[in-house]
Amino acid sequence: MTQKNPKKTSARENTGKKSSESKALAVPGVDLRQLEQVLEFMSQNSLEEFEYANGDLRIRLKRALGDPNSAAPRALPPRPEIVVPREAPDQAPAPWAQDSSDERSKEARRSPDPPSAPEADEANADLHVIKSPIVGTYYASPSPDASAFVKVGDDVSIGQVVCIIEAMKLMNEIEADVGGQVVRVFIENGEPVEYGEPLFSLRLAGKK
Amino acid sequence: MFRKILIANRGEIALRVICACKELGIKTVAVYSEADRNSLHVRFADEAVCIGPPRSSESYLNIPHVISAAEITNVDAIHPGYGFLSENANFAEVCEASHIAFIGPSPDILRLMGEKEQARSAMLAAGLPIVPGSDGILADEAAALSEAQRIGYPVIIKASAGGGGRGMRVVRDKDELPAHYATARAEAQQAFGVPDVYLERFIERPRHIEFQVMGDRHGRVMHLGERECSIQRRHQKLIEESPSTALNPERRAELGAQVVRALEGIGYCGAGTMEFLMDENGAFFFIEMNARIQVEHPVTEMVTNVDLIKSQVRVAAGEHLENVVGKLEARGHSIECRINAEDPETFAPSPGRITVFQQPGGTGIRVDTAVYADAVIPPYYDSLVAKLIVRGRDRGEAIARMRRALEMFVIEGIKTSIPLHRKILAEPDFEAGRLDTHFMDRYAVVTAGHR
Repeated sequence: MTQKNPKKTSARENTGKKSSESKALAVPGVDLRQLEQVLEFMSQNSLEEFEYANGDLRIRLKRALGDPNSAAPRALPPRPEIVVPREAPDQAPAPWAQDSSDERSKEARRSPDPPSAPEADEANADLHVIKSPIVGTYYASPSPDASAFVKVGDDVSIGQVVCIIEAMKLMNEIEADVGGQVVRVFIENGEPVEYGEPLFSLRLAGKK
Repeated sequence: MFRKILIANRGEIALRVICACKELGIKTVAVYSEADRNSLHVRFADEAVCIGPPRSSESYLNIPHVISAAEITNVDAIHPGYGFLSENANFAEVCEASHIAFIGPSPDILRLMGEKEQARSAMLAAGLPIVPGSDGILADEAAALSEAQRIGYPVIIKASAGGGGRGMRVVRDKDELPAHYATARAEAQQAFGVPDVYLERFIERPRHIEFQVMGDRHGRVMHLGERECSIQRRHQKLIEESPSTALNPERRAELGAQVVRALEGIGYCGAGTMEFLMDENGAFFFIEMNARIQVEHPVTEMVTNVDLIKSQVRVAAGEHLENVVGKLEARGHSIECRINAEDPETFAPSPGRITVFQQPGGTGIRVDTAVYADAVIPPYYDSLVAKLIVRGRDRGEAIARMRRALEMFVIEGIKTSIPLHRKILAEPDFEAGRLDTHFMDRYAVVTAGHR
């Protein structure tokens, strides 16, 4: 579940960026195209601030919203797209209160703490993100004591079952829609998933 | 009382239900398609779950996805809104099987009221008048003649397999009937593959008048007055008002009592609307029941001061009607205009991005909308942009108020029906209360003449 406070994403990157061809504005060490992408990302996710530092270069983008109530859409916590944070993002983890009367009931969506962002993977042409085609509860293995269907590093062929999503007491086997190597798993066992939720990213077969 | 409710809908009604739940201290779960990611109902719900791609059949009408969303968020109840799954008996049954309360009538009642013929038979048996008609399909011309004699002219011959004006013939006396009977059958065969026709009394200038009802789980039903919805185009309501100029207090009480008796007889629960046609002589005929909350419910809320959505939730949770609604006091007059994203002359849909959205305000104005400046009206769903509702001390004040509110409602970026509503409100027939369901047909002729 996303929190209501305005977001602040800060990031540091060790490698410098080459400057782009100058158009109207040229800032040394800054790729304007990437800045524009960041701005669009901020706009889409109702982020108010973005800060970037690289040596002496420091860029801070702040949207002129100013309304503390203009929080991100509720469904998914926004994830940084362009710059992968080295340290944990500067945001409070989503409250993940467990309802004491029902271990499976969750008051909030899961916390935004994957190793790296699905959006970043989606932007990568070599990677394919498998998304949930249904709504339900994700299970990594065929039964509680069995091992997971797939893990990072596994080679998966198209049509292979990669997980189970339980919906209305039915266990639905989710098949990989492409073949490739599992790069990342975005979901933890037992977590609720919505339609379109990123589950895995695969490096497409034949790509390095 | 429910702890958490999932709203199985979108747009303004989803937001409306969220408002009621917030006021009752109930947590809310919104479901949305990918096209509605930036919707207000998603924004204001406590939780939100994406349930599919833009197409309704794959999202808002997708029962497994909706129920799954309800399960993973652990809700107590589902409010279905209007349209979509709100009158789907199968959905109500799945809710029950999943131990989730369905805020609405039982699956059996939904099934009964969903079948127009069954509903009419049931209400007839319960003592309500229905439009006189032949008892089923006409066997031959002789049967047509005798039925028409019994029903009384004028009658209308209708195709049993379809509608839309085809296979329909109005007959004003028995000499015309044989020819019309033959033509109607031929047309029905052509259009629907089946020549079967039936007969009904034809009402020249019907007025569409409907009664709002509410039933609790303890056998009590009450009515909350009527709404007149005669301003329609192709069976889509454009303007509604309450009370109707056609009813006096005695007639209202008499009809209301009949409605209550009929619905208590079948154990009706939840909100509902009983639709009637009134003929030129003031006779009322039951045509159908909408076993759900309706788009135009704010009209009734404005004159009765009853929050119908909160009432729905409360009776579904088991509260008694006396405590939920209490003593009804209807006051004043209310009018609603449905503002659609349409060309006001051609009625072509006008989806797109809204650039300016400036609502009217002031005394007696209510705007129910899920739209905001910079929002995009998607092309996948209905074209309702906002409901503009006014209340005045009497009909005259309500009309004046609606006129100025329409004038001060600025929506840019898309075309809307506001200019059309302004024209209707300016019509002498409307002001005089000379209403019937052919109003828009005559009006279209008038405006065509002006061009």
